[in-house]
Amino acid sequence: MYKFTTTTLITAALSLSASVSSARDQVQIAGSSTVLPYASIVAEAFGENFDFPTPVVESGGSSGGMKRFCIGLGENTIDIANSSRKIKDKEIAACAEAGVTDIIEVRIGYDGIVFASDINGQNFAFTPTDIYRALAAEMPLDGSMKSNPNTNWNEVNSAFKSQEIQAYIPGTKHGTREVFEDKVLLAGCEDTGAFDAIMSMNGGDNKAAEKACMAVRNDGRSVDIDGDYTETLASIDTNKAGIGVFGLAFYENNTDKLQVATMSGVMPSTESIAEGVYPVSRPLYFYIKKAHIGVVPGVKEYAEFFVSDEIAGPDGPLADYGLVSDPLLARSRN
Amino acid sequence: MTDLKTDKSLYATTAHSKRRSAAEKRFHRLGLAAILIGLCMLGILMTTIVTKGSGAFQQSFATLDIDLLEAKLDKTGNRDPEDLKKVTTFGYAPLIKAAVEQVVETHRIETGLKSKDMAAIISKSAAAQMRYRVLDDPSLIGTTAEFKFLTNSWIDGYLKGRVTRETIGNNKNVSVEQLDFVDRLVGLGIVEKSFNMQFIFGADASDQRPEDAGIGVAMVGSLAMMCVVLLLALPIGVAASVYLEEFAPKNRLTDIIAVNIANLAAVPSIVFGILGLAIFINTLHFPQSAPLVGGLVLTLMTLPTIIISTRAALEAVPPSIRSAALALGASKMQTTFHHVLPLAAPGILTGTILGLAQALGETAPLLLIGMIGYVATNMPETVTQGLLSPNSAMPAQIYEWAKRADPAFYERAWGGIIILLIFLITMNIIAVTLRRRFERRW
Repeated sequence: MYKFTTTTLITAALSLSASVSSARDQVQIAGSSTVLPYASIVAEAFGENFDFPTPVVESGGSSGGMKRFCIGLGENTIDIANSSRKIKDKEIAACAEAGVTDIIEVRIGYDGIVFASDINGQNFAFTPTDIYRALAAEMPLDGSMKSNPNTNWNEVNSAFKSQEIQAYIPGTKHGTREVFEDKVLLAGCEDTGAFDAIMSMNGGDNKAAEKACMAVRNDGRSVDIDGDYTETLASIDTNKAGIGVFGLAFYENNTDKLQVATMSGVMPSTESIAEGVYPVSRPLYFYIKKAHIGVVPGVKEYAEFFVSDEIAGPDGPLADYGLVSDPLLARSRN
Repeated sequence: MTDLKTDKSLYATTAHSKRRSAAEKRFHRLGLAAILIGLCMLGILMTTIVTKGSGAFQQSFATLDIDLLEAKLDKTGNRDPEDLKKVTTFGYAPLIKAAVEQVVETHRIETGLKSKDMAAIISKSAAAQMRYRVLDDPSLIGTTAEFKFLTNSWIDGYLKGRVTRETIGNNKNVSVEQLDFVDRLVGLGIVEKSFNMQFIFGADASDQRPEDAGIGVAMVGSLAMMCVVLLLALPIGVAASVYLEEFAPKNRLTDIIAVNIANLAAVPSIVFGILGLAIFINTLHFPQSAPLVGGLVLTLMTLPTIIISTRAALEAVPPSIRSAALALGASKMQTTFHHVLPLAAPGILTGTILGLAQALGETAPLLLIGMIGYVATNMPETVTQGLLSPNSAMPAQIYEWAKRADPAFYERAWGGIIILLIFLITMNIIAVTLRRRFERRW
């Protein structure tokens, strides 16, 4: 009796470990939570139309995905990393060290970043200057750096009605934060002349001036949201005076609760982003391990399917969901 | 001993006894208030869950007759399965548009909508539904077949009262004309609500079609993990506690072990996730996102709970039982297995079930081993697949839905909570019944 159980257990364990080492048959993807909805739309259609199982798409942020991507080659590493920014040189080096040398970059399109507030509140028309003046940690006043004195939007720009400054911006682990700092805070800093003022104060140190421009106030008027856009939405729900930073697609799915602000007079929309008029947008990418093509079934087919006209073209489901398709997409197919 | 001397009767109230009884009444009221607050919170929680989640169990469907044109689906006309497969879901989508146009024509519905916007009220899952059915039965090509499609999540939300004409505003996903059109279709009986089996048995769906998303595959993932936990944690936990309680010498070392087990029970679950990632995935090269790994991690997490409750159950068996068995000539092993363990079994089982219930609701460790995301999409066909192919778990699926953009997913998250709660309550009821029926008091 006892003997029997032990033998069965051992056989079961052996057969299990044998199948553990057998080939993985679905594509594994991880990375940016901005790309996740697009990747899952493609994965779903891929599973429906091909004989391969539906790929697995996990989130974890652009940096998190890249980290897992660069762990090495093999079946227990991911095949594709989604990213809402270009791969960094540091990451390429880390990848190379782990043996991941041939990386294929695919740019799938653009994503707009919008400022939105409660649907019943005042309608904002922002410029980067307004955002900088409202959210910067310190700004040059009377020849020296003073902590941001503005507490109300009408102090920032007299065109706004009186409303306490309260903003919910993406936390530092988000790829969105980088774009926010770069295209809004830094741009506003330069437009107000603060950048030049800081440069003249610190003796022409470009890097330090940029850093000072991009520092966000931490007196509670700007809150970092490390979670997803749903968390930002919930914050605005509780504090109706709040302004939140969202992805365009998220806003478009929640127009019953949010109203969007124009940026420099441009209404964010797939069209205005595609034309490049709306200033706050960024490219979206995914990266493929060349060594996994032909080893893990479906990697090549998935990538080709992703960039096919049916999917990523201007009438495809991705554009439908809010992706601004890349006019140069045809080129990335090769 | 002194005599108790009072000049008054003990029944007469004095200032002191008044104070005492007042304090007692205060305590009474405080306790009652605490219970009322607790019940109130529970009531609010339950009503919120039921009101927000019950919508997920109903779904709107549209019944359409589709002309499965040979020219679109099988250009070669030879019904070769390989050729049929080459027609993707994009090739099937136009057929829906044609069918909707047909409906508008036969019922003389007046609408300013373009046919593209009319067809948009049908879920994007419809094309796949047709493709699967045609590939299963190629003889359908060239005929007209009736299909029951899901409607788009916004239309479904409108019929459930979640989306109204006032709130859609400048929403680009749905327009007032579309809602008018749907009202006509409801009047004609083409669109109607019915029970949503897909939600209970189906797989996760992408952000574009929340109406198609179900918790079924994640449920299978949870069950697979629970099997692993039960098969590993129960024997290991019971063996460890029987040894510690009955056989191990009582010395410093066993004390340290006991204390450490108690400490392990208090370790945050995310720590076990990191451990699992390091050991099972990075060192032993088990597959990512596999319920087997999830089960192993949860086993580590549940073990201390099971050991502690088993030890308590064993301790509760009076020493006289052991002495009697030993006195009658039973060996230590016979005493333990014939008398002590059976008497402790109800306690052990209760502890195990509660440990399992805790593991079932756990999300944090799964985050690290890749079980959260767009994962629960392939229904496993065999037991090995169930253990090894990527899957999610119920709480992970709920978490995933709660953060997606489309508000329809939010409703599903609440619906998922209802299903998870049903599981947890069932397990708790089993635990309570077991304890009630078999527990013995000495």
